[in-house]
Amino acid sequence: MGKTVAEKIFDSHLVDNPSGDINVIRLDAVFCHEITTPVAINDLVVRDKDRVFDASKIKVVIDHVTPAKDSKTAAQGKILREWSRRNHIQDFFDIGRNGVCHAIFPEKGFVRPGYTIIMGDSHTCTHGAFGAFAAGVGTTDLEVGILKGVCAFHYPHTIKIVLNGHMPEGVYAKDVILSVIGRLGVSGATNKVIEFTGSVVDALSMEGRMTLCNMAIEAGGTCGICYPDMTTVAYLWKFIKDEYSDKKAALEDFEKFLPDSDAKYDEVIDFDVSDLEPQVTFGYKPDNVKPVSEMKGIKIDQVYIGSCTNGRIEDLRVAAQVLKGNKISDSIRGIVSPATPEIFSRAMDEGLLKIFMDAGFCLTNPTCGACLGMSNGVLAEGEVCASTTNRNFNGRMGKGGMVHLMSPATAAASAIAGYITNSDRYKSAKRK
Amino acid sequence: MKNFSGKVLFLDRSDINTDEIIPAKYLTEITKESLKPYLLEDLKLDGFESLRDVEGKTVVITRANFGCGSSREHAPWAFEVNGINLIIGESFARIFRQNMFNCGMMAIELSVRDIDRLFKIFADRETFLEADLEKNLLVIKAEGVEEKISFSISEFDRALVEAGGWVAYADSHY
Repeated sequence: MGKTVAEKIFDSHLVDNPSGDINVIRLDAVFCHEITTPVAINDLVVRDKDRVFDASKIKVVIDHVTPAKDSKTAAQGKILREWSRRNHIQDFFDIGRNGVCHAIFPEKGFVRPGYTIIMGDSHTCTHGAFGAFAAGVGTTDLEVGILKGVCAFHYPHTIKIVLNGHMPEGVYAKDVILSVIGRLGVSGATNKVIEFTGSVVDALSMEGRMTLCNMAIEAGGTCGICYPDMTTVAYLWKFIKDEYSDKKAALEDFEKFLPDSDAKYDEVIDFDVSDLEPQVTFGYKPDNVKPVSEMKGIKIDQVYIGSCTNGRIEDLRVAAQVLKGNKISDSIRGIVSPATPEIFSRAMDEGLLKIFMDAGFCLTNPTCGACLGMSNGVLAEGEVCASTTNRNFNGRMGKGGMVHLMSPATAAASAIAGYITNSDRYKSAKRK
Repeated sequence: MKNFSGKVLFLDRSDINTDEIIPAKYLTEITKESLKPYLLEDLKLDGFESLRDVEGKTVVITRANFGCGSSREHAPWAFEVNGINLIIGESFARIFRQNMFNCGMMAIELSVRDIDRLFKIFADRETFLEADLEKNLLVIKAEGVEEKISFSISEFDRALVEAGGWVAYADSHY
């Protein structure tokens, strides 16, 4: 019987099958940040097991609150820093070199097709964009991953989503994934992997694919997966060029993780995006999704552009194109947080940061900060944020605040208007 | 093994997420005990007051997709330090459910019909639940009423509960 991507990855990483469909799999990478790792570290110390299964496979970043905002966050950073040092973990990214985990780890070449990855962070599903199996886990799974290099999962079930048609101008990967979540619902993919395929995915950059896979968890999905192709190889080439004779050879190697033509899926969903409008959330669940045109005029107080969903260079380019030559509304606080130092630096070289600043945006260092209401843009009671992030839960960006999720283009246009509205890029495309 | 029997807290809503169970601003705490007063602080549920309603409870009965959202194990920990080790619902988000068993706690799924019936009979009363892991049986009692419902738990999940969690299990197996 044919296999899905996740089934192929599981079968090539199986360590144990303790009972039923439980598969204990070998891990190729364990990613760590300062919010969910310190309790695991402290527990390992208490158990007298302060060691790591393979220092070269553990990648560490301080990203959620950086620079530290108070003594508690400073202590979390300290625990992670000292642990990395005493366990000889080379890939540790501290302030000045740190960025949002799901942006910086792919950028450093730590993700490969066919890899198995866990992290104590639900948006770990992002890395499936490279054809990997990457899943968010809790601190206990993380602790065992650090110590033993294994993790237990149910053998994966998969939903295949085929994205066809032609993406209208002004419509982006964010609009597609919001629409998908609207259709599936917040538990529509629970305990399942989502394979994203079709001509729309083929045409997306790695950045766009990461946006797509990043929000698989908002439908309950364990991991979002895109098939490795020449776009994947080109992105990874600088890291793998010594391992392969040429790009074609690399692709052939990666293609062993493509699904079989007779693979079994729980469900196959065809979705033509040709008529898709830019999307935005309302309410407190990520499946509360509507076209922006139906939400036009909703007043906002803050606009946030950044995060593991939409803080990458392409996102900043699109937002800057919309902002260029414009000022944001006097009533709006605009915050932009490039997701990594490299993205920050490229945005500076391309003149994007100047455009944001001239428009009236505040520019912050790379951090998760405001997305989960920890720092750098927390909302007050009753305030509304137009945000390129991934969750609109009650209190997510601050107690009593409301979050509307949208693409960087819609966020930038809404910053200029002072209320939710479509960007000119979509409007002008529609007039054609 | 942990204690799985005692007074029941009913949370009559689906899709209760981990940000509602324990808001991110408390994730800077590095001891489990310090999470205690903040459990369910941001829960959006009419008439619910977290400190008042959580006091003295040992078991939660709720609806579908409980614990969706973030991977934070602080969510099960916040229940654990309040003495709640058993959550019963129609369904759970994957990471939350795994985190519960990884901590030696239990997330038990019952049918929509059974959950409906429990809410109908018990939600407005002071209710006690006894979980019998030998017989896979839940006994739910309020004044003058008693219901018995059997539940299933996989061999692996039971092994985690008996071992006291995944670290102990993994350490003796791998």
